[in-house]
Amino acid sequence: MFEDILVTGLINGGVYALLAVGFSLVFGVARIVNIAHTAFYMLAAYCFYALLVKAHFGFALAGLTAVVAVVALSVLSYKLVIEPVREHESAVLIATIALALIFQELMLFSFGGNFLGIPSTLEGTVTVIGVKIAYQRLLILAVAALMLGATWALLYRTRLGLAIRATANDLEVANLMGMNVQRVAMATVAISVALAAIAGVVVAPVFVVDPFMWLSPLVTMLAIVVLGGLGSMKGSLIGAFIIGYVEAITVFALPQGSFLKGAVALSIMVIVLLVRPEGLFGVSFEEER
Amino acid sequence: MRNPIAFAARWLWVELKNEVFVLPSRSLVLAWVATILLLPVIYPDPYILRVAVLTCLFAVFAASWDLLAGYAGQVNFGHALFFGAGAYGSAMLSQKLGLSPWLTIWLGAAIATLFGAVTGYLCLRLRGSYLSLATLAFPLIVIGLLFAFPDASGGELGISGLRSLATSRTANYYIAAIAMLILVFGMWKIADSKFGIVLHAIRDDEVAVRASGINTTHYKLAAFAIAAFCAGMAGALLAHFIRIADPSTLATALSFQVVIWGIFGGAATIYGPVAAVFILYPLTEWLGSFKAFGELRLLIFAVIVLLVLLFMPRGLSPWVRDKIETECPRCKQRNGVWRSVCRLCGAGLGVAARANGASARQ
Repeated sequence: MFEDILVTGLINGGVYALLAVGFSLVFGVARIVNIAHTAFYMLAAYCFYALLVKAHFGFALAGLTAVVAVVALSVLSYKLVIEPVREHESAVLIATIALALIFQELMLFSFGGNFLGIPSTLEGTVTVIGVKIAYQRLLILAVAALMLGATWALLYRTRLGLAIRATANDLEVANLMGMNVQRVAMATVAISVALAAIAGVVVAPVFVVDPFMWLSPLVTMLAIVVLGGLGSMKGSLIGAFIIGYVEAITVFALPQGSFLKGAVALSIMVIVLLVRPEGLFGVSFEEER
Repeated sequence: MRNPIAFAARWLWVELKNEVFVLPSRSLVLAWVATILLLPVIYPDPYILRVAVLTCLFAVFAASWDLLAGYAGQVNFGHALFFGAGAYGSAMLSQKLGLSPWLTIWLGAAIATLFGAVTGYLCLRLRGSYLSLATLAFPLIVIGLLFAFPDASGGELGISGLRSLATSRTANYYIAAIAMLILVFGMWKIADSKFGIVLHAIRDDEVAVRASGINTTHYKLAAFAIAAFCAGMAGALLAHFIRIADPSTLATALSFQVVIWGIFGGAATIYGPVAAVFILYPLTEWLGSFKAFGELRLLIFAVIVLLVLLFMPRGLSPWVRDKIETECPRCKQRNGVWRSVCRLCGAGLGVAARANGASARQ
């Protein structure tokens, strides 16, 4: 059981990290609480399904096309829906909720509400430290690690990354230094949705694909981001693995654990917030009154 | 003075003429109240009455969210917690202990108030987005517990077979409508009182309020408790109306729904969210009744919300109110848009004055 917990927690933590880091980036740069973030993850899974099963593309081509299409859609919806109401914080909030609902209903309408089966990208299993792991799960882990590494490299080794970090740190000063903050915000949205879409494509064969699959990771992701500290990359990463392991422990060690895993993870978040209201690695925005 | 009835009628007419008919928004509210009270007489269709009952109860729910989020600035993403607490509290007490539903709706609301106070206490140190996202968690924790202990809670199916408050549809309608009017006008009065002003100040600058010697903790807890009481009452009434309390009363979707109603109607107004529910809820029901639209109902709902927001980002009711009324630049009282001088202080309300007023508001 201990080994099960170790492996499951690592894999789920990796998926959560992909989602949470992207969400955190957008919040840090543009101060958008993007409820539709996991809806893009759902869209990517559907797009992958349509291209792979219906249109018979190869795995790599289908995955790539799905990610590119979803990123293009996200930039389009940012331009059309979010940007015109940017100065009204509450309007942005419900605009993202409405977007998520629209995507959910569109998928429900075009694919129906049933679970969709997607063949694994890699068949077969391997036994590590006494636990049988499907290759697909190893693939998820590898992709998550690769993407998190790539995001880190982008943020800390490129000029765009510097601009993103500068904008997240202080929007007005970044603007005064001649950065095009609008374009930085758009690039950030694209990067963050790309991470979510990649997560959607790799987990599609393992997790349940239905139009409501965005709700439960949304809540977990929000818990992670709040736990780690809003807008903090490091916090999101560590928070993702904390929540991943807490869920794994609850599922394997408690009776009725699969019902309680959300409750326990969220309770951990609440407890952390009571002790440290700005999250584990967050900065308190006291001066931003 | 010789005929008291004629005197009262005359007094009423003068009051109406001077206080209500001078402002289009007040006339609208009067027309709305009259329609609600006369609906079963005008149109006693059971389906319409059912939709009307649900609309009334969700209106209370949306207004209570607005009191907490719009006025006190505690943008609650888990407002369904209070609704569900009221529904489940009342359902369990009436089903397991056999108490009369007339008593248990109050107990359910009291349980919701308790939940509100606890949530408020846990969230005291959180602000802004942290508070929103943390509150999202509370109803989900409760749902997890309900699913883990299906013996007490009925699990996924909930508690069904509850007793109704009244037998006939019309009586049930009047219970919901009158409860709605009392609770909504009560919340409106609270929001308009000194208490509401303090809540407004807390939203704008909590540190400044504390520096003025006001105990903001008490005010925030009270705001949570009052909002939770009203939401819990709505939940309890709903449970006894549809005769089931199930996990959908705690769902994230309902919490999001109330946020949409609140912001769509215009936050920090109380009447805005109520108006939003009275427009959006029957509209979605009506769309759902078409075969072709049935599946697309939520989609159309979301698209309407999105389009309205693009054109009126502050919400529907402030936009409408600005179209039909102007603010006097001198005394800040509201006037019908057709008047050329202020009805109270006589200041000019010309085009120039209106432009001034508009720039002063921004």
